[in-house]
Amino acid sequence: MSDITIRDVRKSYAGTEVVHGVNLDIRHGEFIVMLGPSGCGKSTLLRMIAGLEEITSGEVQIGDRVVNRLEPRERNCAMVFQNYALYPHMTVANNIGYALKVAGMKKAERLEKVAAVAQTVGLGEFLDRKPGQLSGGQRQRVAMARAIIREPGVFLFDEPLSNLDAKLRVQMRHEIRRIHNRIGATSVFVTHDQVEGMTLADRLVIMNRGTIEQVGTPQEVYDRPASTYVAGFIGSPAMNFLPATLAEGPVLWLATGERVDLRGVMEMPRGLAPRAMLQLGLRPERLRIGPVGSGAMDVRFEFAEELGSGRLYHLRHEDVPVTVVSETKQTLREGEPVGLTLLPGAVHLFYGETGRRIETTLRSSVNERVSA
Amino acid sequence: MIERTPVLNIATHAILAAGLIALALPIYLVFVASTQTLAEVTAIPSRLLPSDQFFVNVKAAWITADFGTKFVNSMILAVGVVTGKVVLSAITAFGIVFFDHRMRMPVFWLVFITLMLPLEVRIVPTYAVAANALSPFQAMLDWSGLTWLIEKATSIRVSMEWNLLNSYTGLILPLVATATGTFLYRQFFLTVPDELVEAAKMDGAGPLRFLREVLIPLSVTNIAALATIMFVYSWNQYLWPLLITTDPNYGVVAVELGRLVPDSSSTGGGIPNWHIAMAGTLIVMVPPIIVVIFMQRWFVRGLISADK
Ligand SMILES: Nc1ncnc2c1ncn2[C@@H]1O[C@H](COP(=O)(O)OP(=O)(O)OP(=O)(O)O)[C@@H](O)[C@H]1O
Ligand SMILES: [Mg+2]
Repeated sequence: MSDITIRDVRKSYAGTEVVHGVNLDIRHGEFIVMLGPSGCGKSTLLRMIAGLEEITSGEVQIGDRVVNRLEPRERNCAMVFQNYALYPHMTVANNIGYALKVAGMKKAERLEKVAAVAQTVGLGEFLDRKPGQLSGGQRQRVAMARAIIREPGVFLFDEPLSNLDAKLRVQMRHEIRRIHNRIGATSVFVTHDQVEGMTLADRLVIMNRGTIEQVGTPQEVYDRPASTYVAGFIGSPAMNFLPATLAEGPVLWLATGERVDLRGVMEMPRGLAPRAMLQLGLRPERLRIGPVGSGAMDVRFEFAEELGSGRLYHLRHEDVPVTVVSETKQTLREGEPVGLTLLPGAVHLFYGETGRRIETTLRSSVNERVSA
Repeated sequence: MIERTPVLNIATHAILAAGLIALALPIYLVFVASTQTLAEVTAIPSRLLPSDQFFVNVKAAWITADFGTKFVNSMILAVGVVTGKVVLSAITAFGIVFFDHRMRMPVFWLVFITLMLPLEVRIVPTYAVAANALSPFQAMLDWSGLTWLIEKATSIRVSMEWNLLNSYTGLILPLVATATGTFLYRQFFLTVPDELVEAAKMDGAGPLRFLREVLIPLSVTNIAALATIMFVYSWNQYLWPLLITTDPNYGVVAVELGRLVPDSSSTGGGIPNWHIAMAGTLIVMVPPIIVVIFMQRWFVRGLISADK
């Protein structure tokens, strides 16, 4: 068990900086998920922790040691790779036990341990097979077992589930969490799948273009996204954004000229310049469809998608698409105007220029807690 | 796209058959000649059916050419070249592919250039070096003035000599120093996924351990291919052994076979012993054939087991 401290870590490839000064404290035993789109530098950061990539500047500390200059094997980390990276010519047993063999453990003792670990990930009967004779899910388990057997202080995962089919992915996700809880090692898990991130993480690290946008528990990140970027990334379907300008108090002008009155929903912080450009963010699952004129604004219905448990409504406010998820199933005609009602937690405001969040005070805090 | 029509089938088989005949006919003629007597082999028109002198001729060839000694020599040469090649190329390719250092490209190009300078091209300088393997160092000493300095200081004239003529070392080393093997390994090493290398690093395996326990086992098919090619290549070596060995105790089969073949210089217008020469040819062909047949099983196994 170790905690990890990352201090102003940067990474450049041939003069191009791809990770721009990351700071992060990971407590021991914590399950951290680094979430971000392709190319944002998640893997690079993970690999710098692992020691597979040189750290251009800054410091990575695992436990109480600065590990910048240490070889991967000296860092007490185990890693699970996206493509499993099993040794093709070795049996499952040898794959799992290779680290122990390298460490010089006696064969009998090693085999005993391999068998025990294989049992826990449900590989008991496959020990004599080669990786080529296993299914994707089984290979994934071998990769997990190979990491577990070393009893490392830190588990590193680089999109380990992205090659599995949807069902298996969920199953392995649960298994990873179970293993984490049992072993209690610190885990850092990289993914671009927000559902994986939300469900696995103790804390989420949202990355964007080589910087950290926000760190927080999944709930915090969902409730109070730090920027339009995070808000658009977390939550499914994605948050709706409408450009707006500030009138006075919590009253906005939408770009279309419509007035949105948020009195009763929230209070604005002081010091916002009048006519400031804003982004009005609306969570699709906190919106409801009502008769025209009944809600905060009017929109037109386009089409709906059936979700089984509810419906995903595609609406349009002038030329800005707006989505609403609701359990109530309404039959609407295409082009029909409807009103949009805001439930507590629906509205998030962001600065138009920077995209940073504007902290607002919610009016009905009781309501908010009930609905959250 | 595979089409199956009777016409196409017949045509393909006809081409195959033609190829087979083109390949097999000369060997058949060698065999026929090796079974005949001197009179039969020189008769015109030549007889195309085997006679009964095969074992007599083989025995004669074996004794005339002293194949007992030459087989041992050729075997030492071939095994030496194969071993040297398999080991040296693996290590060179390993260094070029898996280590990111400043000498990487220079070394790569240096190796690459040797492709354009096969032994036959650089045979004279190679001979000069073989005559005294230390001559490059001697030249360096002379040129840098160290020889002079040492002579002044100790009145001993430094003169290094290490003669490789008429030795197995001299036979083997220049044949080991070619790029083909390095390239074969390099191409294979480049297909090894980075993640595998990194997994080994995470497991704590150092570079040599990774080479020994991961890369080499994964390359067995390549090694088998390289070993086979190099065995046949060095077994058939003619020019270099001819040049560097004057002592018959170091002679190799190909050179000796050349001496069996009648031409005006060896027979001096005497008896053209084609039947003996052909019997010798058959004898010399046996070891490469055995090696190919034996190694073929390895290729096939390597290819089928779908290890990758
Ligand atoms: N070896 C390299 N040389 C140059 N640039 C690199 C190298 N490796 C990564 N990069 C760049 O660094 C950036 C971050 O890459 P990284 O692999 O960390 O992304 P990622 O967030 O893991 O993306 P993905 O989800 O696609 O795996 C990318 O823009 C990539 O082009
Ligand atoms: Mg990645």
